[in-house]
Amino acid sequence: MMEPSAYLLLSGILFGIGVAGVVARKNVLIIIMSVEIMLNAVNVAFIAVGSYLGDVTGSVFAFMVMTVAAAEAAVGLAILIAIFRLKETVDVTELSVLKW
Amino acid sequence: MEPVLFVIFGAIATGGAIMVVTRKHPMASALYLILTLFAVAALFVLRQAHFLAAIQVIVYAGAVVVLFVFVIMLINVPEDKLPVERVTGIRFLGVLVAGLLILESALVARRSGMAGTPAVDSGSVQAVGRALFTDYLLAFEITSVLLLAAMIGAITLAKRKI
Repeated sequence: MMEPSAYLLLSGILFGIGVAGVVARKNVLIIIMSVEIMLNAVNVAFIAVGSYLGDVTGSVFAFMVMTVAAAEAAVGLAILIAIFRLKETVDVTELSVLKW
Repeated sequence: MEPVLFVIFGAIATGGAIMVVTRKHPMASALYLILTLFAVAALFVLRQAHFLAAIQVIVYAGAVVVLFVFVIMLINVPEDKLPVERVTGIRFLGVLVAGLLILESALVARRSGMAGTPAVDSGSVQAVGRALFTDYLLAFEITSVLLLAAMIGAITLAKRKI
């Protein structure tokens, strides 16, 4: 029998790795992938707690998170392509046109 | 059996995630992302969430990562044009803060105080489907509107002339 805290711990570790990727990397593709890892970590917590409580709500909300993740990936990558056409770079430190 | 499988797939997911954020080339990251997503799907199966495990493989590993791979190939940044990433003080601090976040969540997880119960069948296709089309019908419909908005947004943004 597994303790629920093991799943929550794994969820926290995955989320932290995602945060590290977002704050430390410069490549915008890898940043978007790190966001996906963070969303997946949240899903692990939802599923684990939902199944331990015997409640289907965890699965339903994990489903919603997945939908948002898919939408976010589609729009984020479209923005990335538009920016790449304009600036020819994937380096986030060079994308500072809004800064004055 | 569950603890052994949990440790195996948890280690695969964690290792894959670390590889995703440390690889230089985004294509290697995308392939390690598939590994992580499959390991997480296996964890879902361990908790009897069969529907979500299937969706995880189909939507994430199938659609989202393929989208990533398409974009990586489409913009095709040459190896020497990839951003040069050095360890600077502020970025080291950022990783340190992420490590603190992990420690913090470990503390919260230890104090969660939930009893360990065997996985009940709360994530089957039947159960999730019934909940989605009765109690959460409005949220489900709004989700479809969200997907429509994302689709229109992606097509508009990716057009050659905005």
